[in-house]
Amino acid sequence: MNFDYTDEQKALKDEARRFLADVCSTEKVRAVLDDPGAAYDEGLWARLVEQGWCGAAIPEAYGGYAFGYVELCALAEELGRAVAPVPFASSIYQFAEGVLAFGSEDQKQAILPQVTTGEVIGTVAFAEGPGTVEAGPFATRFEGGTISGGKLPVIDGIGATHAIVQAGREGGYGLYLVDLSAEGVTREPVATIDPTRGAAKITFDGAPAEPLGEGGEGCQQLAAIHDRAAILLAFEALGGADRALEMARDYALERYAFGRPIGSYQAIKHKLADVFVKNEVARANAYYGAWALSTNAPELPVAAAAARVAASNAYWLAAKENIQTHGGIGFTWEADCHLHYRRAKHLSLAIGGLREWKKRLTDRVEAAHRKGRAAA
Amino acid sequence: MNFEDNAEEAAYRAKVRRWIVANKPDLSKLAPDQRLIWAEGHKAAMHAYQKAKAEAGYACISWPEEWGGAGGSQIEEAIFAQEEADAGLHLPYFMTGLKMLLPALLEHADNDLTRARVGPAMRGEEIWCQLFSEPSSGSDSAGIRTTATQDGGDWIINGQKVWNSGAQFADYGMVITRTDPAKPKHKGLTAFWLGMKTPGVEVRPIKTMAGDSELNEVFLEEVRIPDAQRIGEIDNGWAVVISTLMNERAAIGGSAGLNWPEMIELASSISAGEGTAMDDPAFRDWLAELYVNAEAKRLLTFRTLTALSRGEAPGPEGSAGKLIWTALSQDLASEALDQLGPYGLIDDPELSPLGGAFQQRFLWSAGIRIGGGTDEIMKNVIAERVLGLPGDVRVDKGVAFRDIPHGR
Repeated sequence: MNFDYTDEQKALKDEARRFLADVCSTEKVRAVLDDPGAAYDEGLWARLVEQGWCGAAIPEAYGGYAFGYVELCALAEELGRAVAPVPFASSIYQFAEGVLAFGSEDQKQAILPQVTTGEVIGTVAFAEGPGTVEAGPFATRFEGGTISGGKLPVIDGIGATHAIVQAGREGGYGLYLVDLSAEGVTREPVATIDPTRGAAKITFDGAPAEPLGEGGEGCQQLAAIHDRAAILLAFEALGGADRALEMARDYALERYAFGRPIGSYQAIKHKLADVFVKNEVARANAYYGAWALSTNAPELPVAAAAARVAASNAYWLAAKENIQTHGGIGFTWEADCHLHYRRAKHLSLAIGGLREWKKRLTDRVEAAHRKGRAAA
Repeated sequence: MNFEDNAEEAAYRAKVRRWIVANKPDLSKLAPDQRLIWAEGHKAAMHAYQKAKAEAGYACISWPEEWGGAGGSQIEEAIFAQEEADAGLHLPYFMTGLKMLLPALLEHADNDLTRARVGPAMRGEEIWCQLFSEPSSGSDSAGIRTTATQDGGDWIINGQKVWNSGAQFADYGMVITRTDPAKPKHKGLTAFWLGMKTPGVEVRPIKTMAGDSELNEVFLEEVRIPDAQRIGEIDNGWAVVISTLMNERAAIGGSAGLNWPEMIELASSISAGEGTAMDDPAFRDWLAELYVNAEAKRLLTFRTLTALSRGEAPGPEGSAGKLIWTALSQDLASEALDQLGPYGLIDDPELSPLGGAFQQRFLWSAGIRIGGGTDEIMKNVIAERVLGLPGDVRVDKGVAFRDIPHGR
């Protein structure tokens, strides 16, 4: 029984934390926040590539380092803690996982080594407007080797070099690989609540595209990509939630009111204890997700949805109560609290909102329950 | 990340599983009302089973051998408890004594007299209860007013205890008393053990709002006990209290009972328009929240087991577990009744779903948020011990106990 990181994984995580404290201080995050032209921190991205992080879960046969998925979860937790302004989630948790799961051998050979070296930055483009990820119809179409339509928003869509695009085709939907530098692709930045992870509106006008692998049902494939990403994003949210709680705790110790630290008032203590409990709920569910991800367990769809719901809940509570604990100073641009407030909602929306994932979770839990009863 | 036992643990689990299957009592032979915990039939069956456990060396697995234990590890103890829970066995009668009180007793008063109590407790012949809380000492657990005064080689105890689980069935109790009211609150306490049949001890069951009477008041009037039944140093009783609480923290229980599967079954059984209550999006949204909390409770046990497996003390996740579980329990019951609509009012074993289990849970879930550390105390524990926030400003600090302001 070891429902925890191993000692080696803990060492990796500690090292990642020290490394990010050095190369990804909140000043670095703010530099991207304050620069309307910056899509991400290119210097930081280069450092992550040097560390081999982009190839953490990519098999050696495709140029990766294959540390393992629990290791990738550990890195995600630290990146989330640091509010890292890089397209890591889009490129590694979604794009690379999509190519690995559904790409042809040629596509894997051509793309994944470059994902590891950071030359290819990928993203997955699915949303076309307000509403759930599942809801269609989607207007973007694939026909005769090209793609036409538009996606909004595409997270990391400015910094990305490639995208997996969900598009309609004869009789359904498919996933298509698109080189975003190709003719027929137009990208415009869109302002978002979390500018440290820039997003784009991407218009395709007969842009060259190739089906990802043999093709297949695009909505199901997208859901499979999102399930795996949900677990990794849950670790980012968990890292952020832990950090937001620490910030609130530290401030509650140093801020005095009515002659004593505000952290000695039960109004603050109980609030932060509630945050701790929610974080523990998120941690337990995220770890279960990591187990499912690393073992390809049949429980993965349920575990992924549970990890996402629990982590979204936790980061939201931690981020908003961190601001509340800080009081007025927490509401300023100068304080770091809003970095977490923004990122918490960003992560919670990125692959579909909380309500959509709660619905998915109950659908899956119910289906598994009925299947279990039928088998019994 | 894995849930698998290591080779040693797996072998141990297989061994104890076989033993439990071979020795567990067959409750189906009992009348239905005798299968309930605290019913005479259930108690007798569990007593026989406990005796078999003691003979096989499973009564006190992790106790050192010099105390009569098996000298095993915490993880072995936890594996055995898990397997018992999986086998549907519940033995609350012996837990207070064997898991909490006797280890503290032996730690602080290891002598022939206390040692003589170990064997009978292990065999389930003697049941122990805790005599800690008082009418004015609940969350403020050091606010003990029961007094013990020395009289030659004896002590005379006077006062009142309350919320004593199973005291009406207990043979022995551990009692915390105030021996020096001139000292500050935590300093003037002394612990003793006593026979519940000692003259002057009167147990009165309390009927709770849930209708059961497992809890009691215990009145102590001129109760005379020898100094040999003192546990630890005079005025050092707080250390004994802390030992029992630490033992409680390491104990692992199974969490059986109503959970999300019962909620799915319930909602699916209630007609609503074309379909069932299970189709209601608001209910489905609620169920997702319940599920992640229930999963957290289940998975936190594995976090504790991981720590025990490494030979470490359980981490802070345990303090979160109680809050998660009690909130979930009450919320689940309330939601179940709400699903039933006016029919949810009915608390009748014949008419209510699951024989009225949701209605029972509705009532007793109010109590589990109070017993064993209130929500508020658990949050203080997390805030102070885990997050490192300061204690509240206290007006009783360093003040002689008798001078501390108090209400009625």
